[in-house]
Amino acid sequence: MTETLAFGRTPLLTHNYMHYCPGCTHGVAHRLVAEVIDEMGIQDRTIGVSPVGCAVLAYNYIDVDFIEAAHGRAPAAATGLRRTLPPDRYIFAYQGDGDLASIGMAEIVHAANRGEKLTIIFVNNAIYGMTGGQMAPTTLPGMKTTTSPGGRDVAQTGHPIRVCELLDTLVAPVFIARGSLSSAKNTIKAKKLLRQAFDLQHQGFTFVELLSTCPTGWGLSPTDSLAWLDRNMLPFFPTKTFREPGAMPEHTAAYHPDLKVRD
Amino acid sequence: MPSQKQLMKGAEAIAEAAIRAGCRHFFGYPITPQNEIPEYMSKRLPEVGGVYLQAESEVASINMIFGGASTGARVLTSSSSPGVSLMSEGASYLVGAELPAVIVNIMRGGPGLGDIAPSQSDWSMMTKGWGHGDKRYISLCPATVQEAVDMMSLAFDLAEKYRNPVVLLGDGLLGQMMEPVIFPALSEIAPEQSWAARGKLATRPRVIVRSLYLDPAELERHVDHLYDKFARMEREEPRAETWMCDDEPPVLVCAFGTVARIAKTAIGKLRGEGLRVGLWRPMTAWPFPVESLQKAAATSDRLLSIEMNKGQMVEDIRAVIGHDKPVGFWGRSGGMVPTVDEMMNAIRGQFANA
Ligand SMILES: Cc1ncc(C[n+]2csc(CCOP(=O)(O)OP(=O)(O)O)c2C)c(N)n1
Ligand code: SF4
Repeated sequence: MTETLAFGRTPLLTHNYMHYCPGCTHGVAHRLVAEVIDEMGIQDRTIGVSPVGCAVLAYNYIDVDFIEAAHGRAPAAATGLRRTLPPDRYIFAYQGDGDLASIGMAEIVHAANRGEKLTIIFVNNAIYGMTGGQMAPTTLPGMKTTTSPGGRDVAQTGHPIRVCELLDTLVAPVFIARGSLSSAKNTIKAKKLLRQAFDLQHQGFTFVELLSTCPTGWGLSPTDSLAWLDRNMLPFFPTKTFREPGAMPEHTAAYHPDLKVRD
Repeated sequence: MPSQKQLMKGAEAIAEAAIRAGCRHFFGYPITPQNEIPEYMSKRLPEVGGVYLQAESEVASINMIFGGASTGARVLTSSSSPGVSLMSEGASYLVGAELPAVIVNIMRGGPGLGDIAPSQSDWSMMTKGWGHGDKRYISLCPATVQEAVDMMSLAFDLAEKYRNPVVLLGDGLLGQMMEPVIFPALSEIAPEQSWAARGKLATRPRVIVRSLYLDPAELERHVDHLYDKFARMEREEPRAETWMCDDEPPVLVCAFGTVARIAKTAIGKLRGEGLRVGLWRPMTAWPFPVESLQKAAATSDRLLSIEMNKGQMVEDIRAVIGHDKPVGFWGRSGGMVPTVDEMMNAIRGQFANA
């Protein structure tokens, strides 16, 4: 199934030519982020954090102040921004699945657990794009990558990590959702999730996972990649809003133990 | 603001000095023997409208420092040897992105988990090995609590002057000793605006804080620019003390930090025995005070480097002195603090050799 997306140029996207491979959804995700910042009128108050991964050059395209974090450390760097900048600033970090769910797992869990007032955009393409298509923590069982040439063997390397579900065990986050960039319809929904996250950012930690494609790493055409995402990723990574104000799970209720450890 | 003398533990004095210097943001992870610094900060920073944040690891601390420094704020982290090892990647990113920050390393015995006793075994790491790539850090080595206090504001000033991280290199002895100190007045420093990522201003081009230069020619130009700064640091920032050298003593002891203090006691006693010994003490591990060393060594017959490690600074001394005269080494490692008596024996040995 193919759909045609007809978009005008987003004012907040620079004129720089995007370096992404044809059919890569990083470009779509960038556009959505730029549109949300533009629509909220917060360009002069927004600071982005780019990851190490294919999106390291996100600052070349989204026209706001940016810092470039070390591999996996974007949530820590964003914490440094949040804790030093005036509270009216909007801060987002944009991370891939290797960056966020492998080397940076500690930083994302703890930033979420502290309830850092951030928006984290998690681009899950089930592979390490930038380094040439190696296995990621989100690589699907049996999926062939350059470091799982026989397909991911879950007995040796575990199952893919569902990051939204994992973060949903924590008390602090105010918004956790997973969307998909596999079709125009899903992309419009994904943009709404991003807007919700930015809107809620000053209340606490907000997190949006975007199921994405890496046609180059997957060895598929752009259109086949979209269909592959729907067929293979969606069943394991359900798109839904896990948490939002008014729909907070029971385990997020305030807890005040009566501990007398020190006077 | 109080400027009378107060008795304070080294680690707490270092923390207070940072606040006096305008630091309002501390990110760190507990490790002995420097826990008094974060503990003090957690209590004191909120009193002055600042932020103390306990990071999940030293890797997170240094990257929080990266984010905080990107906004132009004066940011501090402190740790001890294993934690400082973990920070090395982030330190290299700070250099690459030209961000000012101050990192305190209260060294403990290594390698590995080692112990929690005082040590100087990170000299080589801080001066040569910390982090990847072509990078340098000014490392200040205080010998007294007052000097640590004075060096704290210097550290922030130098970090901003060069837009490069600066290290305060101490050891567990310095952190634990109680000494009378005088603090400067509390200062408020407005965050830098021109290069800091604080939101796109109409008055300046958009800020991108980065260390990635994919074009090798561009990266080479960037590294050349960094090395212009490092060359200026080498010209302007070496600091050293020469002590008891007026009578051109034949034996010159070289020591830094708290070991230099013990050496002063030992040298004083040896002088009482009639032995002519002087002391040369670098106050900057890097830039290594080459000219000062050459001058102090010019009139001596032999040098003896005394360190709480297996001989790290002595390599730098030998690189300066070459084969001109013997440069000996004596030290204790593993966190063993040399006693005055054993140090005196080691120095006496130099006269026996002569
Ligand atoms: C400390 C460190 N380890 C490894 C790398 C190499 N590296 C760069 S990007 C990357 C993985 C990126 O994959 P992902 O986060 O999934 O992003 P994608 O490129 O797929 O968007 C790795 C391992 C690095 N730059 N730094
Ligand atoms: S390698 Fe994959 S993730 Fe990277 S730009 Fe190409 S398609 Fe996109």
